[in-house]
Amino acid sequence: MGENETEHLVSMANDIAANLGFHADADERIADHLRRFWAPRMRNILMGYADDGGKGLSENLVAALDKLRD
Amino acid sequence: MSELIQSSQDLGTPPPRGTTGQVSLEIDGHEVSVSKGTSLIRAAAIAGISIPKLCATDSLDAFGSCRMCLVEIDGRRGTPASCTTSVEEGMVVHTQSGKLERLRKNILELYISDHPLDCDTCPADGDCELQDVAADLGVKDSRYGLNGLNHLGAEKDQSNPYFTFDPSQCIVCYRCVRACDDIQGTFALTGDGRGFASKISAGQMESFMDSECVSCGACVNSCPTAALEEKSVIKLGLPEKSTLTTCAYCGVGCTFNVETRGEEVIRMVPSKQGKANEGHACVKGRFAFEYYKHGDRITEPMIRDSIDEAWREVSWEEAIAFTARRFREIQAKHGRDSIGGITSSRCSNEETYLVQKLVRAAFGNNNVDTCARVCHSPTGYGLKTTLGESAGTQAFESVASADVVILIGANPTEAHPVFASRLKHRLREGARLIVVDPRKIALVDSPHVRAEHHLQLLPGSNVAFVNAMAHVIVSEGLADEKYVNERCEIPSWKIWSEFIMREENSPESLQSVTGIDATELRQAARLYASAGNGAIYYGLGVTEHSQGSTMVMGIANLAMVTGNLGREGVGVSPLRGQNNVQGSCDMGSFPHELPGYRHVSDPEVRTLFENEWQVKLQQDPGLRIPNMFDAAIHGNFKGLYCQGEDIAQSDPNTHHVETAMKSLECLVVQDLFLNETARFAHVFLPGSTFLEKNGTFTNAERRISMVRKVMPSRSGKEDWEITVDLANELGYPMTYSHPSEIMDEIARLTPTFTGVSYDKLNRLGSIQWPCNEEAPDGTPTMHVDEFVRGKGYFAITGFVPTRERSTRRFPLLLTTGRILSQYNVGAQTRRTANTVWADQDVLEIHPVDAEDRGINNGDWVGIKSRAGDTVLHAIVTDKVQPGVVYTTFHFPLTGANIVTTDNSDWATNCPEYKVTAVQVTRVTQPSEWQKQQQAFNRKQLAFLDKARGPGR
Ligand code: SF4
Ligand code: SF4
Ligand code: SF4
Ligand code: FES
Repeated sequence: MGENETEHLVSMANDIAANLGFHADADERIADHLRRFWAPRMRNILMGYADDGGKGLSENLVAALDKLRD
Repeated sequence: MSELIQSSQDLGTPPPRGTTGQVSLEIDGHEVSVSKGTSLIRAAAIAGISIPKLCATDSLDAFGSCRMCLVEIDGRRGTPASCTTSVEEGMVVHTQSGKLERLRKNILELYISDHPLDCDTCPADGDCELQDVAADLGVKDSRYGLNGLNHLGAEKDQSNPYFTFDPSQCIVCYRCVRACDDIQGTFALTGDGRGFASKISAGQMESFMDSECVSCGACVNSCPTAALEEKSVIKLGLPEKSTLTTCAYCGVGCTFNVETRGEEVIRMVPSKQGKANEGHACVKGRFAFEYYKHGDRITEPMIRDSIDEAWREVSWEEAIAFTARRFREIQAKHGRDSIGGITSSRCSNEETYLVQKLVRAAFGNNNVDTCARVCHSPTGYGLKTTLGESAGTQAFESVASADVVILIGANPTEAHPVFASRLKHRLREGARLIVVDPRKIALVDSPHVRAEHHLQLLPGSNVAFVNAMAHVIVSEGLADEKYVNERCEIPSWKIWSEFIMREENSPESLQSVTGIDATELRQAARLYASAGNGAIYYGLGVTEHSQGSTMVMGIANLAMVTGNLGREGVGVSPLRGQNNVQGSCDMGSFPHELPGYRHVSDPEVRTLFENEWQVKLQQDPGLRIPNMFDAAIHGNFKGLYCQGEDIAQSDPNTHHVETAMKSLECLVVQDLFLNETARFAHVFLPGSTFLEKNGTFTNAERRISMVRKVMPSRSGKEDWEITVDLANELGYPMTYSHPSEIMDEIARLTPTFTGVSYDKLNRLGSIQWPCNEEAPDGTPTMHVDEFVRGKGYFAITGFVPTRERSTRRFPLLLTTGRILSQYNVGAQTRRTANTVWADQDVLEIHPVDAEDRGINNGDWVGIKSRAGDTVLHAIVTDKVQPGVVYTTFHFPLTGANIVTTDNSDWATNCPEYKVTAVQVTRVTQPSEWQKQQQAFNRKQLAFLDKARGPGR
């Protein structure tokens, strides 16, 4: 993890996904967590990154971001 | 001394414990009715009859050594001591008679024969119980002369920076010894010999400084003469005025009498009325207050255009106008969200409330955060999710009814000393202790206290540990199913119990992860689940991890599954670091929550605040501290108002933080000193100490206590006034004339505070929130009949190992902590005599690791992580286990946070201070970073000198 904001956000989001991944409804919980605790700016950067290919994003995180877009 | 100070009457012995029923008796012809078990001396004092005494005091159990308190009882032979005799129904007691007077005079003359007769020049003249008793009995000198065996030639011990011990003044009443044993629990003092040959000394005839003494001051409080006396009293004379206030250091929140003479603080004396401390204190609150008049304090506002130029002292008006103009310019150029504010747990509730209001209402965004982000934010998240409220469940007093205590990642003898004394007291009464800590903290094995289990887990394995505990409890049928069925959400229980029963969560499977022997972990789990009242206390060793929030939920699960919530003696209690961590969180200083932990997305809550504040509020969360840094480096965040918090020293990954600071166009620091952050600031707004302002603090047990102004602010403004000025200058009107009005607004808007007001606080002394219609006097124990969220929620706590692992390059794990004499970043305590106990951070390393690296005690060692490196002195000790090293973060020169990384708790971004992979090597000189820091410091201090003129 470097000084780069995007990298930092990606690793933070992956941590969230890993910790909420134990739940059956993980996608929904991850999306909800990002909605409740992340500033819009951070969510936007992350979604932009996902749109650009989203290298290194965990699977349930990608699913959660889709939910977030709805 | 003034009447006010003397009015806290000493009733001679403590109230009886655990007795019921009243007893009636007659004392000197007066009918008296008191609780069963009360001593005669106390019963008499309650009836307004004072019996002379020397060895008795109501903070200590009776000792019965001086025989000054003799009385006569009808139908009984002799003259029993009234401090050691309990009341009985129908007793007829006489406290005055010719015979009693003769006996008392005789005893007193014996005492005086061994006591210098220099009352006129004694510093305690007017504050000495021996002198009072002599005056009452009309004794002026002794028939025994001064030639017998006495201590008059004994040398004075001046070693402690704050008090002296003068054996010649000692009457060997043993109060100090008992205070050290019973109240403080340190057992540093001994009495040697018997009768008049006896002597009191620290340790084994050592000086106080060389002994085990931790300078809590309990012995000084209890000493009836000038034998133990504050140096400040000797130097400055006795105080004239006393004001009740609250300690501004740790989350225990002790109540003190600040005793002053004019505008000088003479001493801080812990108050018996204080419910958090009941008359006890520690070296920080009791003695380390002199920073308030330290020459480093900045008392004039200062501004500058760039951090590469000198400061200019300006008027308050100019500083505020400059700040407002810069902030508005930044917003005009970079958007509304390009500025924010940070408040601190060192600020009062009212100050914190105003900062978040300033950000939300005047800045117009939610970019507000508090330093609790970096300590206890996981507590808020974890306890809210499971129990429904972001706060500890108990009063401190509750530990007195605990049967087994689990202490996880907390070191109370260093960080929460007055709570530690309570805990040790209970442990000496027989409660059992389980310590869960990578390090051998003092409570593992100290005088008269020994942990039954020390589960020395590896840093980073907390969640594995807590899951293994729960696994044992559920799989061995130790769960309190009745409690779970009645009090908890059954679907969550079903999912969780299935999860926790999995073999992967057994102590055997996790042994290699936690490093804890499975058999011992099983024993500890059984002990907690079945030894009666089980109480869990935890500290930053729980929260400051990549799974801090998960761990807090795991702890709540443990308490729920064993039915250990909702009554005295049990519970989940976070030990908060700084004085107002709880309060700063309560006050809405997180970017996603309005006061009272209500989410900004809730339209009903927003409407409430919008109506009161007359502005439109944002519905999305703002940036947290680490997100602000990232955004600053990225160029989207340009202005920051930082009140009372030294982010450059206390936040992790210093390189990253400093880069962020340097990217800001306007950094405003409001503080007492030019702290590390202020070196990067464009505006410095001088703050006030807790002695110079009014407000409230909320301690770790949700207790709101008053902070009262004892002297005018040196900068001319209390901190809340500065925020008010800034808001007004930004065009958002704030019109408070006193902090009580801010509290009234908080009460209007926050359901858990509706019953709180300054009037009530003055009346009750302190209030534990929730305080509202249902609980008008506050709530000592939470979740009594049901959880705040209704049914308790069992959260799944899957173990996710931290990314921070030891590697070939960084083979050791660094963990961090605190020491007793220093407080947080040390800005205050480093500017007091507390530095005699510690004047630098040191690195603890195990003998095996030290030997591998050729490191000896006291060597300079370099410590390096992937984030950075620094140099400090090594201490070789087996307090740490092999593979683990430990340091504190009180001194900027060490910059321990240069090494810590920006890994953080998944849910709250609380930094993972407790686990950093490092390498340690022997070195001969400071690190490059330290050299640069020193150069930068010199430059910034020169900029300060330019503003203040030489010699200031
Ligand atoms: S200051 Fe505290 S620790 Fe030291 S001797 Fe006195 S009571 Fe004991
Ligand atoms: S030092 Fe003070 S408290 Fe201790 S025995 Fe002597 S007179 Fe009593
Ligand atoms: S630092 Fe903590 S324990 Fe010490 S006096 Fe202050 S509030 Fe009490
Ligand atoms: S006061 Fe009772 S024996 Fe000393």
